[in-house]
Amino acid sequence: MKIIATDRKGDLHTLEGRDGWSVMEILRDAGLPVAAECGGACACATCQVYVDPEWYDRLPPKSDAETDMLDMAIAVEPTSRLSCQITCAPELDGIKVTIAPE
Amino acid sequence: MAARHETDVAILGAGPIGLFAVFELGLLDLKAHLIDILDRPGGQCTELYPEKPIYDIPGLPVVSGQELTDRLVDQIKPFGAQFHLNQMACGLDRLDDGRWRLKTDAGTEVIAPVVVVAAGAGSFVPKRPPIAGIADYEGKSVFYAVRKMEAFRGKNILIAGGGDSALDWTINLAPIAAKLTLVHHRDGFRAQVHSVNQMRELAAHGKINFEIASVKALHGANGQLEGVTLASPDKREWQHACDTFMPFFGLTIKLGPIAEFGLNLHEDLIPVDTAKFESSTPGIFAIGDINTYPGKLKLILCGFHEAALMAQAAFHVCRPNEKLRFQYTTSSSSLQKKLGVA
Repeated sequence: MKIIATDRKGDLHTLEGRDGWSVMEILRDAGLPVAAECGGACACATCQVYVDPEWYDRLPPKSDAETDMLDMAIAVEPTSRLSCQITCAPELDGIKVTIAPE
Repeated sequence: MAARHETDVAILGAGPIGLFAVFELGLLDLKAHLIDILDRPGGQCTELYPEKPIYDIPGLPVVSGQELTDRLVDQIKPFGAQFHLNQMACGLDRLDDGRWRLKTDAGTEVIAPVVVVAAGAGSFVPKRPPIAGIADYEGKSVFYAVRKMEAFRGKNILIAGGGDSALDWTINLAPIAAKLTLVHHRDGFRAQVHSVNQMRELAAHGKINFEIASVKALHGANGQLEGVTLASPDKREWQHACDTFMPFFGLTIKLGPIAEFGLNLHEDLIPVDTAKFESSTPGIFAIGDINTYPGKLKLILCGFHEAALMAQAAFHVCRPNEKLRFQYTTSSSSLQKKLGVA
């Protein structure tokens, strides 16, 4: 599956997702600047992405923990998600995300 | 209160690696002082994920961040390390006698021949919203913490956030503020239920305003805020007058003053050798997530190993005329005496 990520400069990156990995791990593995301070434990809100509206509703819904943790994120938008909580899967092939400001 | 302490080793950071360093140093009779910006030991383990399970600590199939910290604090008790919590290390210089002086923002000075930087990714500091020009207002009309409540009497305050700090300060400042508005991006909060109820009660009685919105722009001059632009989730924008803005979005990690210590840094990390874990500055060691070397893995267990080797090297700096004899805690009665078990 492919992930199309826009970085903070507006540059596009097409990344190869790996089943079972989180989108955060794929972004970080590619050297993109997601802080992910807690390492993917849904505990810091520093891996926020804006999901393309076309894709947002196709994602499994947020857990209560993710909804809560987004309260600690800055510049939250209606399509905000924590990328550590999005798991790569074949049905997400082509998902578009934009890394939120830090 | 300014205080001056002389010791063997000043450890910067009281996370799991800084704590375990006390143990390894203690076995070699080296005394340590720990400095941390947080108000309790544990670093990321207690600040970010106190309840999350960790599965890769040898011998502990599963342990939470809090429990690991508690166990480490217990393990190092025999060595009586002194903690300087709630203090940010803000300066490092070398004295004429060759020892280092580490200063904190609370006026504490720790003087030691060895400094161990175990600062993880740096200092926990408040998250700063990505609003243009916000730095110009910080400390004058934008605040990330309340030091003295009285300073906010009669102010027209805007608070942003949906966690406990945002709610607590909304409730505490409402009685003394001229006007107080809370903004949050949704009509839901991760704060304690009773705080949320209290806030809603205040809003229902017109004591505060609550708006589902986020701050897009700040307006004012010379650091004095006059108003902000708010935006709703559906992108409607409007102006809101206020003279004080308090964003409460929790903490994030920034390298902070370590960058100014004159140490050799590579992408915000301290390069070390893998025999001593010493930086390119003699007497300054770096262990845990803050260091880098070929093959580095940011794992707690690697930091423990680094602490053990660092301690051996630190001994020679602190006790240049003494011979170091390597001993095991299982068999050495002198080590067991130090641990208080013999």
